[in-house]
Amino acid sequence: MFVLEGQGVTKYFGGLAAVSDVDFHVDQGEIVGLIGPNGAGKTTLFGLISAALVPNSGTIRFKGENITGLRPHQICKKGLARTFQSVKVFSDMPVINNVVLGVHFGTSERVKAAQAANEADRLLEFVGLSGRAMVPAKDLTLVNQKLLEVARALATKPEVLLLDEIMAGLNSTEITQAMELVSKIRAQGITIFMIEHVMKAIMSVCDRIMVLDHGKKIAEGTPQEIATSKMVVEVYLGE
Amino acid sequence: MIQLSWASIRASKSYLIPGIILLVGLIVLAGLPSFGPKYSVIFLSTIFMYIVLTTGWVMFSGPTRQISLATAVFFGIGIYIAAILGKHMPLLVMVLIGGLASSVMALLVGSLTLRLKGVYFTIFTFGLLELIKNAINWYEVTFTGTRGRFVVVVDNNTIYLYMLAITVLTVLTAFLIRRSKYGLALQSIGEQEEAAAHIGINVTLMKVSIFAISAFFMGAAGAVMATRWTYIDPFMAFNMNYSFTPVLMAIFGGVGQLGGVVSGAIIFAYLEQILITKYPFYYMLVFGIVMVVSVLFLPNGLAGVVKNWRARTTGGRYVRT
Amino acid sequence: MFVTILDVGIAGLLMGGLYALIAMGLSLQYGVARVLNIGHGEFIMLGALATWSLHTVLGINPLLSLVICAPAGFVLGYILHRTMYKRLMVTSASPGIFEGNSMLASFGLLFIIQNLAYLIWGTRYKAYSYLAVPVNLGGALFPANSLVTLGFSLLIGIVFYIFLVRTRMGKAIRAAAQDASTAGLMGVNINVVLALCFGLGVAMAACAGMLISMNYSVFPSMGMEYTVIAIIVVVLGGLGSIPGSFIGGILLGVLGSIVTYFDAGLALVAYYVIFILLLLLKPTGLMGK
Repeated sequence: MFVLEGQGVTKYFGGLAAVSDVDFHVDQGEIVGLIGPNGAGKTTLFGLISAALVPNSGTIRFKGENITGLRPHQICKKGLARTFQSVKVFSDMPVINNVVLGVHFGTSERVKAAQAANEADRLLEFVGLSGRAMVPAKDLTLVNQKLLEVARALATKPEVLLLDEIMAGLNSTEITQAMELVSKIRAQGITIFMIEHVMKAIMSVCDRIMVLDHGKKIAEGTPQEIATSKMVVEVYLGE
Repeated sequence: MIQLSWASIRASKSYLIPGIILLVGLIVLAGLPSFGPKYSVIFLSTIFMYIVLTTGWVMFSGPTRQISLATAVFFGIGIYIAAILGKHMPLLVMVLIGGLASSVMALLVGSLTLRLKGVYFTIFTFGLLELIKNAINWYEVTFTGTRGRFVVVVDNNTIYLYMLAITVLTVLTAFLIRRSKYGLALQSIGEQEEAAAHIGINVTLMKVSIFAISAFFMGAAGAVMATRWTYIDPFMAFNMNYSFTPVLMAIFGGVGQLGGVVSGAIIFAYLEQILITKYPFYYMLVFGIVMVVSVLFLPNGLAGVVKNWRARTTGGRYVRT
Repeated sequence: MFVTILDVGIAGLLMGGLYALIAMGLSLQYGVARVLNIGHGEFIMLGALATWSLHTVLGINPLLSLVICAPAGFVLGYILHRTMYKRLMVTSASPGIFEGNSMLASFGLLFIIQNLAYLIWGTRYKAYSYLAVPVNLGGALFPANSLVTLGFSLLIGIVFYIFLVRTRMGKAIRAAAQDASTAGLMGVNINVVLALCFGLGVAMAACAGMLISMNYSVFPSMGMEYTVIAIIVVVLGGLGSIPGSFIGGILLGVLGSIVTYFDAGLALVAYYVIFILLLLLKPTGLMGK
């Protein structure tokens, strides 16, 4: 049984199929990459998994359970978390409160305030934001806001984490740090499904890669296989 | 180490002195009927009413950033409950039912409409007010033959004490919710609703709940105030001023801080009481000007101005986030 | 029986013409400038009271006073937008916040204008008689000024439609309504266009006010009723669609006339029920995007 899988997932916007009959699966402990040209449907697929969007057809299963039709907060509590392509931190509150919210509401456990604060501190340290706990989230740099989103998602104790282009807009050093963070997260036992455009990152950190184009899955395989696939190269060059 | 617990807040000195002042103030207010001038009781009841409506409005519209104009609906339901039931049951029960009826209405309206975005929600609440007002009016004209009803009469001191109690409960509830994880969650919903949903917050449940809680206090206040007016009709009960005025008071006072909200209510309620009989048009004119000035130049209201002033004069040391 | 239907129908059209006019102005303001002008009715009231004053004090023909009131309204609206709403555009962090803030500012404006009107004109209802001659249409009698109102609404509607579709400025307005920032990039002076739309909206309100003053009595608090109807029509027709407001206005007028025939007190209730249902079931209205 795959920890996350989908069959025939389809989503139309008006007359256009943003995601068309996509099958996918992610195994426990894997890091799976999702790549494709802009507009291929990658973020839409994530939206369908996290229940931000409702599929027109197809099913999505999480830990064997059909989660199509559930609402985002329910899916979060079941153990699936995500970050967003356009960063959605809670700007007017301090960094630590962003994470504290995840701790309090992300699982079905009741947590005391002091305990939540401790947990949040720990997570901020894990992602590298220790010194900034009381800073309003809007005052963080883009990189740090992305890290905050990760910490907030981790606070919900996910088993599967969807990362949407966390490396967009990062410089070389930051990309390397982000890659290390991704490995660290996997080392905690969390399965990762990540959308990325930064090829070097995807190729080096993923176990397996899926390629979408115009809403359809056109290739799947190891980084090696994908890098040498003529079809994938054409799709990218042709855009 | 970040101290966020209730225990640590209680222990922290910065709440001790204001807390004592408030307690003393409350005792004085409670004793007013016995030794204060007669008119003050009536005067203060109205001010309390505005504090309840304004605080209630902020409870929902503050964090969620959805401007509700349904305040008058909930207030009016309380008024009508008093008119219909007041003669048949003890005051306390009637007030509670008034509050509950408004809550139920809020639950209904909330679950139907909270997914409406931005202005749509606002104009919906406004349309609802007009619908209920005209529907009840039509009903009364067509079926009962008369317009309006008489309300049971209650003495001014009792009204005053009830309003004091409701005010304290409203402000206390607002304060406690703000400080709790639910208050934080509500704030996050207002800032990034989608992200909030994705970290496990049941957005619909939270919004509808806080809507219903705020409606309870508005309805209870309506039930009490109705007994002062003794005769009410749909146009008095569902008067749009009770929807507009709390919004102005809150914006002027500063939506972000409870102290600002309450101050805004007190200032304008006081102004209204003084000006409304002799200079009603000047009062409303000032109302409008303050509204425009606040929206254009004072995004954080009076509270924001005070905060900035304190930050500038104390070098930022005492600015609380 | 047939005469009654004609009666109701024409009465509905006459009312509808007025509704269409007041809605088009608001639609322009919200559809393009994204300002939900709750004070729209107050500008109508100003137009009505100004016309009354010009007529009773200076003896000016109401239709002629349009030449004064409409441009005055336009200038007022233009200035208001360039000062007040422009500032809000700058200080608001997002379009959603701007919509909220501009609505609140319009609120404030409502109180300012209405109470200034009270101070200037007092609380008494005012009326004058002009073109109250009855006209026979298909067996029923209608006051001539109602027909003038309908004719005027149609005229303004058609002229405006041509303006939107045929002229360069009209195209700029439509572009701005679709996508303000892109239109800006294409060389459209957005600030001018938005202010223009707002000004036009106020001018239309002033026209409506003049027409109303011919048929009904006028007083400072008359505005709100029209604002609400304008909002209902704009939602019915589809927020952002000018033709939609026109059709929506006529439709609502006819519906109102039908309901009034059965029970006069129920008309307002019917309007609000339609409104609520629309918002719940089809917020985009008849022709909205």
